[in-house]
Amino acid sequence: MSAAETTTSKVPPTRHSSPPDPAGRPQPPRKRRFGGGRGGSGATPWLLLAPCFLILALVLGYPLVRLVTLSFQDYKKPQLWGFQPATWVGFDNYTAILGDSEFWSVVWRTCWFAGGAVLLTMVLGMLVALLLQRVSGWVKTLVNIALVASWAMPVVVAVTVFKWMFDSDYGVVNWTLSKLPGVDYDGHNWFASGVQGLSVIMLLVVWGAVPFVTITLSAGLTQVPKELEEAARLDGAGPFGVFRYVTFPILKPLVVMMTTLSVIWDVGVFPQVWLMRGGHPEPEFQLLTTYSYEKAFEVNDYASGSAIALITVLLLFGVVAVYMRQMLKIGEVE
Amino acid sequence: MSGMSVLTPPTSAPPTAVRPNRPKSKAGWNVLGLLVFVVMVFPVYWMLNTAFKPAKYAIDPTPRFFPWPMSLENFRRALNISDFWGPVERSLIVSGSTVVIGAFVGLLAALAISRFAFRGRKLVIISILTVQMVPLVAMVIPVFLLLNQLHQIDKLSGLVLTYLTFILPFTVWTLRGFIVNIPKELEEAAMVDGCTRTGAFLRVVFPLLAPGLVATSIFGFIQAWNEFLYALLVMSQQHETATVWLGSFTTAHGTEYAPMMAGSTMMGIPVVILFLFVQRKMAAGLTAGAVKG
Repeated sequence: MSAAETTTSKVPPTRHSSPPDPAGRPQPPRKRRFGGGRGGSGATPWLLLAPCFLILALVLGYPLVRLVTLSFQDYKKPQLWGFQPATWVGFDNYTAILGDSEFWSVVWRTCWFAGGAVLLTMVLGMLVALLLQRVSGWVKTLVNIALVASWAMPVVVAVTVFKWMFDSDYGVVNWTLSKLPGVDYDGHNWFASGVQGLSVIMLLVVWGAVPFVTITLSAGLTQVPKELEEAARLDGAGPFGVFRYVTFPILKPLVVMMTTLSVIWDVGVFPQVWLMRGGHPEPEFQLLTTYSYEKAFEVNDYASGSAIALITVLLLFGVVAVYMRQMLKIGEVE
Repeated sequence: MSGMSVLTPPTSAPPTAVRPNRPKSKAGWNVLGLLVFVVMVFPVYWMLNTAFKPAKYAIDPTPRFFPWPMSLENFRRALNISDFWGPVERSLIVSGSTVVIGAFVGLLAALAISRFAFRGRKLVIISILTVQMVPLVAMVIPVFLLLNQLHQIDKLSGLVLTYLTFILPFTVWTLRGFIVNIPKELEEAAMVDGCTRTGAFLRVVFPLLAPGLVATSIFGFIQAWNEFLYALLVMSQQHETATVWLGSFTTAHGTEYAPMMAGSTMMGIPVVILFLFVQRKMAAGLTAGAVKG
């Protein structure tokens, strides 16, 4: 990760460059901050931002507002085709959803699925990153190739491959497990039960997510000063102590960032479940995302689907807040 | 365990005590590393292995671990099951247009938030970050209704529009990371020498930014290429994109595993190769300054 080193080492100079006022005119930004939009130059940043804002307002801002309003309306097929106007129904959709025991089992399922995936991803990612520091160069290269290959694999491709590997009759996984003494997995159907099926899907998600964590943490580990680790070791810290008190605190911002990103990604898992179950996930496979999708596009109750989606977003909001704090801290450096 | 052995010697004779331990402990780590390699690479290997086997051996109760004799039968079958090049062409058009628009619009916005200090800058940064965090799956219903209103259902332009929702914030944020790493002094020097602000950007900053811009664009291209949910929802079956084409192997063509693996190879390998080119650059860009924070 030599590239990472060079870019990060360039950060401090940029920070120092802004406060001192080098002689000459190129300091319009300063004036603008106090004077507000003065003349054409004050409008420049806003002009530069305008196209981006226009597009985002149309394709993201408007739908976001629509998501909220939709969840308080009665919106089904007739409203979609314009035969009937949408009517306001207040909190009816929410009371119906929150009073539905199926919804709560979906929430619970999403929690253990996403929680398990995030935990596994972070722990395995960290362990592999630490392992990569200790192996010989050629092993490191091999592992890196494997990491990049699985990172780059399109999700749809990963799903088809895992579906094939876990096939009940011809899958390589059942064949391998049956080779173990006393285990007979011949013809075992992994997707007969929701828990087992979702565990396979979790494995698939983790397989795709570990590389991002490992590669980012590997880059981060190169930033940990060797002297600090050595000092801790001389002071009598064991390998775990060094990690706990020296390495981890330095990596913490990265860990927080990646954990929150993983939470968002893993709660947002959709194609994996949808494709694994051939486009029709059974009730015991439903996660919040597929449940919302099904309500909207199978049952054609767009309003209830929106309400579920909105609840999902709100659940994630707390996590996002943590992430934002971290990113802003990083942002302040520059 | 290696740490334990390192812990005691330093008091007496560090060099002699530590050295002999190294190769032994390293061999243990190497074995573990190879294990990780095998587990991580296996799905990819298994895909290639199945794809290149003759059809009659590909699906076998006792799996064969080597694709021998090699055959392209499965690829022929995959191409014949349903049109492949049409979906690929549509995916290329959609991903390409999304990235070009995203790179241009995103670059302007990234410049604004990284090179100008203006009131509300922080708010803009926060909103771009927040927007990036909204899970796309949650937006699928209102976006569908919006495209329906704009008569963009089953149109590639509609898909491009929706893809901008995730490509654009990503591009802005990543490009900003690259731009803040280019020293301001370079630009200022050019301006002292008589360049206009635009001139300084085009002659000094842009050449330095170009590799980052290319990497970001390729990364965005891959994201758009891989997108599944919106492609499934917006496009009809006659106008499906490449991911939906592959996905239909799991829905419509049930258990044709061998051609499915051939199709997966055709979809996945180009992406992996593209990714290899940009991965280093992106890892650097994404984490720039993160550790120092």
